Amino acid sequence: MSNDKNQSGNPGTFQAIESENYVITEDLQLAVRAARALQRPLLVKGEPGTGKTQLAIEVARSLDCQLHQWHIKSTTKARHGLYEYDAVSRLRDSQLGNDKVHDINNYIIHGTLWDAFESDKQSVVLIDEIDKADIEFPNDLLQELDRMEFYVHETQQLISARYRPLVIITSNNEKELPDAFLRRCFFHYIQFPDSETMQKIIDVHYPDLKKNLLDAALKVFFDLREVPGLKKKPSTSELLDWIKLLVAEEIPADALQADNPRSLIPKLHGALLKNEQDIHLFERLVFLNRQK
Amino acid sequence: MLLDFFDRLRQSSIPVTLGEFLTLLEALDTHVAGFSTEDFYFLARTTLVKDERFYDRFDQIFGEYVQGAESLFDAVVGEIPDEWLRLSKKLELSEEDRKRVEALGGWDKLMETLRERLQEQEKRHSGGNKWIGTGGTSPFGAYGYNPEGVRIGQAERGQGRAVKVWDKRQFKNFDDTRELGTRGMKMALRKLRKFAREGVADQLDLEDTISATARNAGYLDLKMVAERRNAVKVLLFLDVGGSMDYHVTACEELFSAAKSEFKRLEYFYFHNFIYERVWKNNLRRHNETTPTFELLRSYASDYRVIFVGDASMSPYEIASPGGSVEHWNEEAGGLWMQRVTQHFPHLVWLNPENPAYWERTPSNRMTRSLIGERMYPLSVSGIEAAIKTLRRPANANPPDRPLQ
Repeated sequence: MSNDKNQSGNPGTFQAIESENYVITEDLQLAVRAARALQRPLLVKGEPGTGKTQLAIEVARSLDCQLHQWHIKSTTKARHGLYEYDAVSRLRDSQLGNDKVHDINNYIIHGTLWDAFESDKQSVVLIDEIDKADIEFPNDLLQELDRMEFYVHETQQLISARYRPLVIITSNNEKELPDAFLRRCFFHYIQFPDSETMQKIIDVHYPDLKKNLLDAALKVFFDLREVPGLKKKPSTSELLDWIKLLVAEEIPADALQADNPRSLIPKLHGALLKNEQDIHLFERLVFLNRQK
Repeated sequence: MLLDFFDRLRQSSIPVTLGEFLTLLEALDTHVAGFSTEDFYFLARTTLVKDERFYDRFDQIFGEYVQGAESLFDAVVGEIPDEWLRLSKKLELSEEDRKRVEALGGWDKLMETLRERLQEQEKRHSGGNKWIGTGGTSPFGAYGYNPEGVRIGQAERGQGRAVKVWDKRQFKNFDDTRELGTRGMKMALRKLRKFAREGVADQLDLEDTISATARNAGYLDLKMVAERRNAVKVLLFLDVGGSMDYHVTACEELFSAAKSEFKRLEYFYFHNFIYERVWKNNLRRHNETTPTFELLRSYASDYRVIFVGDASMSPYEIASPGGSVEHWNEEAGGLWMQRVTQHFPHLVWLNPENPAYWERTPSNRMTRSLIGERMYPLSVSGIEAAIKTLRRPANANPPDRPLQ
């Protein structure tokens, strides 16, 4: 473990996280750098669709590391990320008289963290949507993430990380995370991008987009986010999808402008509003506006 | 000097531990951040604050702290960024604008006044005055909420924007939690959550059975689990304003306790009694409302409904159309309450007032009869009793619910 400490002390590792198709704000940049330098997990929260998962992918790419993804479901247990002992296969093999049965190692299935710990160079681990799991899940991982090692009881083996991986954890705030867990993490809340950042984000995704279409689309988008009472406000990823559609359908910019009577309901708004109550509410508002 | 900062954070009940503070010092030691105040702000926030709810409080403390320690920071960073800020500011202003700024006593004075004005506005706003709306005539109309200053910072990252970042208080809406003193209520509310997995172990746990059988050398070893029902879903209605102001703290404590205990929790605010509209954001209560009919449509009857309010008002507010103190309600509050109780069989009302006084207010008696006497005091024991009621199966509720 001492040699990887030296590694991160190297000033060369503080390079900026850069990516061609992901805009990373300065404060997030700093959070990633700090998490990396001090070898703490980074917990990222934010509205859905602000690119939390994408962050880990882009960080791994820009640092040129392997990315180990662990997507959490409501039934996921902490041990699934470490290892599993497949007793059923072993029982079957013993009844069939297979020779494999004598070595227990044949029935230990490696989890994501095991793979990451055994990797030859520093890797990035993404624990996606940690709040989906049971409340005890983060607590069960405290020691493993702190010391970056765990014990395999079946084989009496201690697995410890050769190079401490950079752990990025995302959460959608569905459950509170335990204090003991939070204390060990760095935390960053991805704020919804302001229009300037949004412009940058679109620029990296659609560099050839016409300026006036972009302006019109952004205006519609931010106006829509201001509509009170929407159940699910459209987010960055929805905007990107919508623009993709606009480009594919070759819709001209003036079709989106507010003075065009036919554009009161923006084209292809199904990409932005994702539930029928929101769409109804929106149409009602548009209708009221028209009456004025 | 940072110890002082740490103390202040602790005093404002942001849960910062010594370990996290040491981490911050370690981070400063590795020079992971630059030397600007802004870098320090981001670094401190990412290491010390672990929940966006506390961002706003952190911003405030940081703002205060930096103001006090500005001279120290200046000594470290040097005078240049500040000078640079002023210079380019003047360059960007037109001659006319500059005269106006000087008429107000120069840039520093302007900024100071702006800051005061913002603080003042904050206070008045919470008091309910629409101060923002009349802002057009203020000397800041010309400059708005100082967009110039922000732009300088963004173009070339420096001290200019740094001050703005935490002074803007972007995270104010997240700060809805008061953890202090909620422990007892948390315990009571936990009971509500628990019954999601209660019941007899009557389902075969296939995975566990197989693995237990395998470990048992092939002899069948049945494992059972309790049926896993969906986690409890709760609709919370909170009374705000008016006579409830005394009880706001108690309400907030309940609210913060509740938020962490359920998988699905929706909360709405009302004033005195439930009418055709409720709202989610107190600042925008007049233009961001949710029709009560929509609530009845969109939330299934298996939601547990908890009202929190003192139920003390004029009887007309319940009994007659147009009785509401703030708006003209077409239909009486009592009728709305009947609709709610019909749709949601699991319903209780928590009252922060001492039960000894309940009999004295007619509105309280009326409310209780409307909800089938399911009113409980807002205390740990009261909550326990309320939860017991919520846990009863729907048809076991008292049948005396009035029909519409």
